[in-house]
Amino acid sequence: MNPQQVLGQFRATGLETCFHGRHIGAQILDGLDGSNWRLKDYEARGGYQALRRILGVDGSEGLTPDQVIAAVKESALRGRGGAGFPTGLKWSFMPRQFPGQKYLVCNSDEGEPGTCKDRDILQFNPHIVIEGMIIAAYAMGITVGYNYIHGEIFQTYDRFEDALREARAAGLLGDRILGSSLNFQLHAAHGFGAYICGEETALLESLEGKKGQPRFKPPFPASFGLYGKPTTVNNTETFAAVPWIIRNGAQAYLQCGKPNNGGTKIYSVSGDVERPGNYEIPMGTPFSVLLELAGGVRTGRQLKAVIPGGSSAPVLPASIMMDCTMDYDSIAKAGSMLGSGAVIVMDDSRCMVKSLQRLSYFYMHESCGQCTPCREGTGWLSRVVDRIENGQGRQADMDLLDNVAENIQGRTICALGDAAAMPVRAMIKHFRPEFEYHVANKTCMVPAYV
Amino acid sequence: MISSESRARFEQEVAKYPADQRQSAVMACLAIAQQEIGYVSAEAEAEIAEFLGMAPMAVHEVTTFYNMYNQRPVGKYKLNVCTNLPCQLRDGARALRHLEKKLGISMGESTDDGMFTLQQCECLGACADSPVLLVNDRTMCSFMTEEKLDQLVDGLRATEGNA
Amino acid sequence: MIEIELDGTKVEVAEGSMVMHAAEKVGTFIPHFCYHKKLSIAANCRMCLVDVEKAPKPMPACATPVTQGMVVRTRSDKAIKAQKSVMEFLLINHPLDCPICDQGGECQLQDLSVGYGGTTSRYREEKRVVFHKDVGPLISMEEMSRCIHCTRCVRFGQEVAGAMELGMSNRGEHAEIETFVGRSVDSELSGNMIDLCPVGALTSKPFRYSARTWELSRRKSVSPHDSTGANLVVQVKNHRVMRVVPLENEAVNECWIADRDRFSYEALNSNDRLTSPMLKQGGEWKSVDWATALEYVANGLRQVKANHGSRAIGLLASPHSTVEELYLAGVLMKGLGSANIDYRLRNAEFPREAGVRHLGTSVASLSDLQRVFVVGSNLRKDHPLFAQRIRQAARKGCVVNALLDRPMDWALPVTNSLTADSSVWVQALADVAAAIAQKKGVASPAQGDVSDSALAIANSMLVGERKAVLLGNAAAHHARASSMLALANWIGEQTGASVGYLTEAANTVGAQIVGARPGPDGLNASQMLSGSLKAAVLLNCEPGLDTVSLPNARSGLRAAEMIVSLSPFKANMDLADVMLPIAPFTETSGTFVNAEGRVQSFHAVVKSLGESRPAWKVLRVLCDLLGVGGAGFESTRDVLASVPGLQIDEVGAKVRDGLLDNRTQANVDLTPAEGAPVVAAIYQLDGLVRRAPSLQMTADGRLGFAAQEVAA
Repeated sequence: MNPQQVLGQFRATGLETCFHGRHIGAQILDGLDGSNWRLKDYEARGGYQALRRILGVDGSEGLTPDQVIAAVKESALRGRGGAGFPTGLKWSFMPRQFPGQKYLVCNSDEGEPGTCKDRDILQFNPHIVIEGMIIAAYAMGITVGYNYIHGEIFQTYDRFEDALREARAAGLLGDRILGSSLNFQLHAAHGFGAYICGEETALLESLEGKKGQPRFKPPFPASFGLYGKPTTVNNTETFAAVPWIIRNGAQAYLQCGKPNNGGTKIYSVSGDVERPGNYEIPMGTPFSVLLELAGGVRTGRQLKAVIPGGSSAPVLPASIMMDCTMDYDSIAKAGSMLGSGAVIVMDDSRCMVKSLQRLSYFYMHESCGQCTPCREGTGWLSRVVDRIENGQGRQADMDLLDNVAENIQGRTICALGDAAAMPVRAMIKHFRPEFEYHVANKTCMVPAYV
Repeated sequence: MISSESRARFEQEVAKYPADQRQSAVMACLAIAQQEIGYVSAEAEAEIAEFLGMAPMAVHEVTTFYNMYNQRPVGKYKLNVCTNLPCQLRDGARALRHLEKKLGISMGESTDDGMFTLQQCECLGACADSPVLLVNDRTMCSFMTEEKLDQLVDGLRATEGNA
Repeated sequence: MIEIELDGTKVEVAEGSMVMHAAEKVGTFIPHFCYHKKLSIAANCRMCLVDVEKAPKPMPACATPVTQGMVVRTRSDKAIKAQKSVMEFLLINHPLDCPICDQGGECQLQDLSVGYGGTTSRYREEKRVVFHKDVGPLISMEEMSRCIHCTRCVRFGQEVAGAMELGMSNRGEHAEIETFVGRSVDSELSGNMIDLCPVGALTSKPFRYSARTWELSRRKSVSPHDSTGANLVVQVKNHRVMRVVPLENEAVNECWIADRDRFSYEALNSNDRLTSPMLKQGGEWKSVDWATALEYVANGLRQVKANHGSRAIGLLASPHSTVEELYLAGVLMKGLGSANIDYRLRNAEFPREAGVRHLGTSVASLSDLQRVFVVGSNLRKDHPLFAQRIRQAARKGCVVNALLDRPMDWALPVTNSLTADSSVWVQALADVAAAIAQKKGVASPAQGDVSDSALAIANSMLVGERKAVLLGNAAAHHARASSMLALANWIGEQTGASVGYLTEAANTVGAQIVGARPGPDGLNASQMLSGSLKAAVLLNCEPGLDTVSLPNARSGLRAAEMIVSLSPFKANMDLADVMLPIAPFTETSGTFVNAEGRVQSFHAVVKSLGESRPAWKVLRVLCDLLGVGGAGFESTRDVLASVPGLQIDEVGAKVRDGLLDNRTQANVDLTPAEGAPVVAAIYQLDGLVRRAPSLQMTADGRLGFAAQEVAA
């Protein structure tokens, strides 16, 4: 065998994480099997029909950009990257009459620990993202777009480049798309190992060929974005949701979910479950249902804690989580955030201090270093949690951690500071006894980890 | 000293961006250079700087900011094992330790024969596949149980004879 | 205008301003590190977080645009809590170096920590350490652990110096400021980064460990090097100049000075200083007292006058001399009956016209130009501060055109370049003129070929409003300088651009006002250097280094019977037979007139070293000894008051327009010139700079020295 063949043996097929037949009402991951990602397959399952309808090339009267934006607003689609900002509203911020170039950017820099949904979308259904972006470009009068893809999923970047080539060859990208007056060029770019580039302004900086250091806001990308031009940035899944909305109507999308939280969402479930994977389910589905889809907690163990939205979301103890439904509002009410929808499940064999230790290290490692509270604070937090985990904790450490985290929150250029601070505060709030045990007994309260 | 094939690929990347924004292609160019040379040398940075019309220091900032760029030569196969929390929960650290034992090195080191460099890394975006590792930045290996890890290392070693 | 309320006070500022600007307007200090009024906003230190009503989080004052009716509290609990927490974060990794750190006493971190820092630290973990860096002889980066990552130095390089030499590598707490692969920082403005750095990370290498800031007295002065007239603060300890930093003057040098201005002071204290008058007797130099030396000089001059006539006596003066020195030098020569005095030591052409050549516009206006045509100059190295202003203009959209003899890197975009060998510069200018003539449908002042480059420059200069044609040192020293000026004037008239010379030295304009030029039958500098003199007085100049053609200059003077060298240094030792120690600019009062005609006077900042005396006094005494009248002044102020043409209320301000004149009646001579114009390299410009060791060790310094050796 040659090296490529050796490595090829371990390539993920998507069978476990995506084509398991356990989605509920799937829209984005529906009907995928790993081999049907090509343009002809996508069109066979209704792909690019939404675009054709909007452009009126299918014989219908077409939709105006305003109508498209209104539909997205009505659908209550919210940003699927983590912030949950109403997408239609964001699109309406784009200045319509702008004499210069405007840009559309897809944030596929999926690096939030726990999240692996965008990878599957791009790997197995890339055209749905392309179609979503073309529709967005039409709605906002944009002629150039970039999809910035997480560097670590390079094979997926290559797959997306293949899909782009197909789309261009078929007249779906470029000038006079499908014979209409719409011009839109779409290119793929990649990161190369920086979580911070998932932050939209850091992503723009990275696209401009610089370090991924977030920009202070205001100004916002809609007025000062890529190369200083008005730019709209949305997550992969957000764009992927758009074709269904156009084909089936905004109301239908809204009804799938619940008020203010329309449609379906793909949840990446990882950790102590029997069947980790991506699960696309309607917004508002109870957490218990999602847990079941993922095979439940590992055999013989009890649910202890869940991080519901990627590592930056505050942890919730099992009791609180079991009462939640999977949507932005319910989880926010419970004191956490839906974020990227990455659900990290921890059972009763897990030490919360050790979990926090790994998370704190992650934020210290990924801090871009620009602003003082995050650059200095993440290191401080990490070192203190380290000490506690290694039996050198002090009584005052818990309050110190909480105070340091409080000092970081809200005082940084971007949300990474908050993302580093919130898990610390949540862990201490909900699992303080474990920390105190570590300090008092210099060892773990729960059985050995891994 | 960067090959003409790589330079041709540079041009393709530059073509994606506006004519006065050649700098945007720097990450792709550095990745291509790394693929060719194995790491990003200072000479490569200087060449890319000139090609894109940037200050060499600006290129160096990019190389050192994004942690997939190798600033020093590495083994023929760079193995990056994710040990972030979701992977920790599913044997990520165990996979790393297994490789340390199998290769006879500690995390961060390279084998004496120059074949393998072993590193831990942060979230690769494949959390449901864990244990996961990335080989030479571009090939992801998923569900890496200890047997599969052995298969991987042994398999790559075996190809050396055929190289 | 937008009105906001800041700490209870209403303040109005322009739309687009930040809260920080509003605070500055009412004199409220908001603590900050990364903010600097001349650099882009970074908002990364977070020290300026203030409480904005209705905003959930504290907002950075430097990056928050004012909105009508905004209510800001800079000292509320919320604001102070945020500011204190940021200070705590800054101190956790900062080494406790104050006792050994040069910045102590003038450190922003120290000052703010008094107000916002705790008395003890609750940080009990390891502190991160950063390796030191070597970036050259001027900036010390020995303790980079002190760096607080404000990135002022990085932004300075990118925006002001035009070259990104320092960057911040790595990420998170490993972020560190460094150059690319151990390169040095070579920008001619790099010393300003020392001022910018709020902590002791970037410090002055020559000054390192030599004094504490509170031991230094601060006195104002003016740079004696280039024609900017940069305002200085000279810092003195125990009668010794320890350091030079900028004195802010928005109209002249803003808040910057060039490295040349900053580090030349090392020469003031060098062993090369001449500390007593010296006479060459029997081939050996002997120290003598002033009386003896001056007797010798006076006798010598009388002798030569008697034997060879006044025409054989001449004085070569450096244009870095003060107005007062040059005026009295003129009085001396006239009193001896000689018309041979000249400051144009590097020129090749000596027109009879008497117009005082100057910049043609104000220094400050350079920053707002929309179009500029730079002719025959190494803009960046010859005039670092003017180049900086034009760089800022270019960032705002100014199109820069240039006529050069070779490609040059000015660290700013030069859109249209006409490259031509200096011998044919007149023709090149004529080509541009012809292009303009063609576009405007008027007659061209000279035959020219409308080449593509000429047309590009012409097209560029024909649009826009604020424009300038700037002639550099090479154009001023050119053998066909007048022809070039004539064409430049025509171009200026036709395009609506101001026309002027950047001018070479601190007092080139002053030298002209004072009339330090030969009279109708006087010898010019070139003639004086070619062997026509029997007695030569060298005022602060070293033939060969400060003058044209190395081989000619020195051999030409050897025909003289007496050569008097007035210099702060042991200079001209192989040429002169008497050396009189005069004071450098720090040890005398005096006046310089800068390129735009701004008259700037200064006082001595230290006592004269050893036996050296201000040159103006030496010249006055010589006049006395020789019975020359009109030199009986008690102070430089009196001298200044007597300079014809200069009005005393112009001191500190610009001279009246009528005094400056760039017009010429010269014809345009298109024939190629012989020989290249003589221009000094940046750190070879004058005697002080040449003796400043740190400057000589820089990349530019070593380049210039090598070029010199080749010529010799």
